Amino acid sequence: MNGFDWNAAGDALPLLLEGFRVTLLATVLGTLVAAVLGLAVAVAGRAPSRFVTVPVRAVTEFVRSTPLLVQLVGAAALFTSVEPLTIGIVVLGIHYAAYTSEVYRAGIDSVPKGQWEACRALSLGPRRTWQAVILPQAVRNVLPALGNYAISMFKETPFLAVITVQEMVFEARKYGADHFAYTEAFTLAGLVFLVASYPTSLLMRKLEKRLGH
Amino acid sequence: MATEPLPLQKTADVAPADAAPGAAPAVAPETGHPLVRFDDVVKRYGDHVVLDGLNFSVRRGEHITLIGPSGSGKTTILRLLMTLEKVSDGVIWVDGSPLSHVRTPAGVLKPAPEKHLREARKKIGMVFQQFNLFPNMKVLQNITEAPVNVLGKDREEAEARARELLDLVGLSAKIDAHPSQLSGGQQQRVAIARALAMEPEILLLDEVTSALDPELVAGVLELLGDIARNTDITMLCVTHEMNFARDVSETVLMFDSGQVIESGPPEKIFTDPEHERTREFLDAVL
Ligand SMILES: Nc1ncnc2c1ncn2[C@@H]1O[C@H](COP(=O)(O)OP(=O)(O)OP(=O)(O)O)[C@@H](O)[C@H]1O
Ligand SMILES: [Mg+2]
Repeated sequence: MNGFDWNAAGDALPLLLEGFRVTLLATVLGTLVAAVLGLAVAVAGRAPSRFVTVPVRAVTEFVRSTPLLVQLVGAAALFTSVEPLTIGIVVLGIHYAAYTSEVYRAGIDSVPKGQWEACRALSLGPRRTWQAVILPQAVRNVLPALGNYAISMFKETPFLAVITVQEMVFEARKYGADHFAYTEAFTLAGLVFLVASYPTSLLMRKLEKRLGH
Repeated sequence: MATEPLPLQKTADVAPADAAPGAAPAVAPETGHPLVRFDDVVKRYGDHVVLDGLNFSVRRGEHITLIGPSGSGKTTILRLLMTLEKVSDGVIWVDGSPLSHVRTPAGVLKPAPEKHLREARKKIGMVFQQFNLFPNMKVLQNITEAPVNVLGKDREEAEARARELLDLVGLSAKIDAHPSQLSGGQQQRVAIARALAMEPEILLLDEVTSALDPELVAGVLELLGDIARNTDITMLCVTHEMNFARDVSETVLMFDSGQVIESGPPEKIFTDPEHERTREFLDAVL
């Protein structure tokens, strides 16, 4: 093996950054899906009727106990007419919603019982109780944990390459194959991940401290 | 006595305008039935019987103090009235209607759905030992949240009312504060204002001063005394403040083992109780 080929690295960079845009897009939209869907699942899990809570629990259990990779490939096989990136975002979102719902659930549980009782004593309906009282307190408690899931989703986006989404690692592999410069392409891809996620982690930790956890 | 009328003073119920003098009133006089009546109310937690066929009633405008040893079920009674708990058996009547039951077409009472409860609760307000203000809202919104979203008041009207109530509880300056920036006594006064903003007919107070530092107790009790004297709100207070009970309430109910064992005006109960248990209890707390 030769030494690190700086020219190849420079050559690969624009392509990788092109892929990085897709990676970012998938992460941001996937996180959005996971944040909203997870919240819906957590609230539904508190529904008074078992006809709601039992199926919700079954589905989240299923999603959580099968690998992301299998879910991606399965979804891509099922929905052949849908764009791979869309499938990737939705599957990432659903996969992570199974985890964020758990985080929200803990956040909701951490709201003191007295808050629910005050809502009842004021005759607040379920919508205002959730929207004005419970969720603002619950979400504040779980923001750091949600942030951490966003970071780990970011690092799992390379799985999308398997269903031909042209994210960064997909591009790295392609460049590596075309120019026989795997080392350069993958090192660079790894660096881009590091550069992007390390400051985000620091930011999360700061946020965590500010929220007093 | 407070020297000027409080902004929350209710006007006396006026007769319907169309009722000619001497004609039979269009509505039944409200003195016909007690405002609150516990009818053989049983409350169990598992095998533990907390209230065992409890009977008592409260007249409209009456101020009742509930006393009794720890664990005797005082809080449970208020929580049942607030519909935070369900009765195991028996019926609670409020203003002639069953509180947590609905009548089936056959005339049988069955437990009411949540929606009915939400309606039934509107006439009842509660102040908690731990205040339970909403920490994510400023003082003003704590007070206006329910009037706007439950009673359907418009925001301006609700805010004007909130200002009056804050003035009443002496906290006008804290209108934009968050609950965490207030002392316990201030938080409790906001909680009282929040309950009053819903214009309850019945106000439930569960040891509202017992989480407060001693020097903050008097202010809150004074406020409650003013409310008792200047409004027609019916009050049920659980308290260990016997002076407060004596000053504010017309009736004291002594509880033990899930039953009312004695009731009467405070002078009688505090000076000449009938029951040995009451005497022992008073000796222990006074
Ligand atoms: N959720 C619950 N589950 C089981 N037991 C309960 C529950 N709530 C209350 N109890 C029991 O019911 C009994 C009455 O409780 P309650 O809180 O009404 O008493 P209290 O008269 O208010 O006492 P205190 O003066 O200490 O506040 C107690 O023995 C208590 O342990
Ligand atoms: Mg109690």
